Amino acid sequence: MEATQATPVKYDMDVVRWFTIAAVIYAVVGTLIGVYVASELAFPFLNFDIPEITFGRLRPLHTNAVIFAFGGCVLMATGFYIVQRTGATKLWSNTMAWFTFWGWNLIIVLAVITLPLGLSQGKEYAELPWWVDIMIAVVWLSYGLNYIMTIGIRKTSHIYVSNWFTMGMIVMITYLHVVNSLAIPVDWATSYSIYSGVQDAMIQWWWGHNAVGFYLTGGFLGIMYYFIPKQSGRPVFSYRLSVLHFWTLTFGYVWLGAHHLQYTALPDWTGSLGAAVSLAMIIPSWGGAMNGMMTLSGAWDKLRTDYILRFLVTAMAFYAMSTFDGPVMAIKSVNALSHYTDWTVGHVHAGALGWMSMISFGALYHMVKKLWNTEMYSDRLVNVHFWVALIGAVTYIVAMWVSGIMQGLMWRDYDEFGTLTYTFVESVSAMHPYYVMRAVGGAIFNLGAWIMLFNVVMTVRQASAVRGVNAVPAKA
Amino acid sequence: MSENSEHHDHIYSTKLQDKIERNTLLMFVFTAIAVAVGGIVEIVPLFYLPNTAMSGGDGTFNGTSHKDLQGNAIPMDKIVWNPTTSAHKTLADWLPGDGVRPYTALETAGRYVYIREGCFLCHSQMIRPFRDEKDRYGHYSIAEESMYDHTYQWGSKRTGPDIARLGGKYSDEWHRKHLKYPRDVVPESVMPNFFFLDKAPVDAEKTRKTLEVMTKMPFNPVPKTIYTDAYIAGAAEELKGKTEMDAVIAYLQSLGNHVKFEEGVNYRD
Repeated sequence: MEATQATPVKYDMDVVRWFTIAAVIYAVVGTLIGVYVASELAFPFLNFDIPEITFGRLRPLHTNAVIFAFGGCVLMATGFYIVQRTGATKLWSNTMAWFTFWGWNLIIVLAVITLPLGLSQGKEYAELPWWVDIMIAVVWLSYGLNYIMTIGIRKTSHIYVSNWFTMGMIVMITYLHVVNSLAIPVDWATSYSIYSGVQDAMIQWWWGHNAVGFYLTGGFLGIMYYFIPKQSGRPVFSYRLSVLHFWTLTFGYVWLGAHHLQYTALPDWTGSLGAAVSLAMIIPSWGGAMNGMMTLSGAWDKLRTDYILRFLVTAMAFYAMSTFDGPVMAIKSVNALSHYTDWTVGHVHAGALGWMSMISFGALYHMVKKLWNTEMYSDRLVNVHFWVALIGAVTYIVAMWVSGIMQGLMWRDYDEFGTLTYTFVESVSAMHPYYVMRAVGGAIFNLGAWIMLFNVVMTVRQASAVRGVNAVPAKA
Repeated sequence: MSENSEHHDHIYSTKLQDKIERNTLLMFVFTAIAVAVGGIVEIVPLFYLPNTAMSGGDGTFNGTSHKDLQGNAIPMDKIVWNPTTSAHKTLADWLPGDGVRPYTALETAGRYVYIREGCFLCHSQMIRPFRDEKDRYGHYSIAEESMYDHTYQWGSKRTGPDIARLGGKYSDEWHRKHLKYPRDVVPESVMPNFFFLDKAPVDAEKTRKTLEVMTKMPFNPVPKTIYTDAYIAGAAEELKGKTEMDAVIAYLQSLGNHVKFEEGVNYRD
């Protein structure tokens, strides 16, 4: 991992601290909006006849907040942290890192303003207006350039595995964002994609699935490969497995987008190709999950006392689960049932709550302790957060899995006279209890984020107070 | 890894992998190539192969050929409306069954509202070739039907029903009531109330510019024979006094009745 240096390296960690705090705040905000939109589906009066907070406008705000605000700040905090420590070097440009921080947060503020106003390009996870898309490209490239240049000036001989994954993410997200966002503006608020129909659908899901594959998976695997060994004090289980994991995932994940469009007007070969590669992806995904889990072999007892490690290991279990769930859903006959239902939403949240958030929480707690050189204000609260997050996530996922399959079965059911058994709206009312259950699960998960925010704020305050006390005699 | 030089010279994988791991540029280049392949293989052919509704701009579709029950090719201008060969020459004369056409000015304004309000998050516009979907929604969707949909609206979720063939199923008055207060008409609905559309006037200038933009698209632009200069110039007149509610209803009523499908014909190959 890190090289032992004769003189310790002075890292640029201020920007990492700010990204860390931002990530914790966005975890609260993003999941809170999620709870609200989920509640709107259970109780439509919550739309309150206010256009700015109707489901159709708030749902993109939820997805953008959790993916780009929370996920983005986690990736940038951990990225800048890992790349310095594994390379035993400062950042290539600390100034540029601050540009990335303020630029990224400005984009988040713009999302909060524009999405409720109804500025949408009509593409999932790429709703933001065209001029914000340009800003995203610039800020993302500032992150990517700084990251890769910092790898370039590393003092160690080899590039650490986490940085491979992050580099893959940086390159792929650049491709995806640029190609998918190409549009002709009508005015400052509105633009239309240069592609239409079949081509637009394929490009959108090439973006949509790889935002998951490279941003929410690749980037977070980088986190896994650094923080699990660090927190457990064990080396990565298998270096060769990590090589295999990286190249197969990097080459293979790109093909999966087409499985979102099976049985549509997309040519059959494209959907089938996407499905076939999706099935094959079980192998690298489970290889990677095993690699993370087995890193703990010989140190499993630490789970009894190390609550941060609980987050990290549970995340690997969810990673394995959702990378099994996903390929199953990509099988054409399963997809015929699951597509368009809430099963998809359940699958996404198994990944988002169980894998991505859990690994993030673990990494954030680990970093807070290191960055402020302190213990957590309360270890017990870390444990409480863990259980609350786990219960919330499982409640959410179970509600959506069960109801999603129910929905699919209701839509295709025929009675003995050969007519459809259920009207569509009967499936809507059947969803109600599950929509309530999902909102409750989300609220529990959100509560965990509040606990984390409280704990982190108290930890930082406590650390600053200690530093303040120590600083006085030094000055005197 | 320790700083021990013996450790550093030892190769734990392959020579190539070791070389890549030591060289930032090599790692960058190999990664950049690895992530590009899948997208190229799956996306680029869709611009050239048949059955992807990619128009050459002259009524040809990369050799797309739908065949009727006798095995004869159905002329493409029966699938996609071509004012030059059709008996109906303008958007105003166009009738359902004449083939896929772009949206009128009012429908374009409605489509803008549809996207703005995020309707696509709960309503799909893509019917799959299954018995239950045929019984519930109608004939499966074909590629040509969304060829003018810059920013496709297939959707990915059916919190509400598919609306690919909604056109003509309900009266304008039903839509008005339903859009304003959905639960007045369908008590179990979870759709938000869109009563405010009834008071908002259509943005005529935005719509006129949108029509212009649609003729300038690099892929599947609307032919100037359909969006003629005169038509675009007359858009403001067509939209005079119209509300966003009128526009959305016009858009919804235009969905799915363009092509006259023949029973038993396979439109998917």
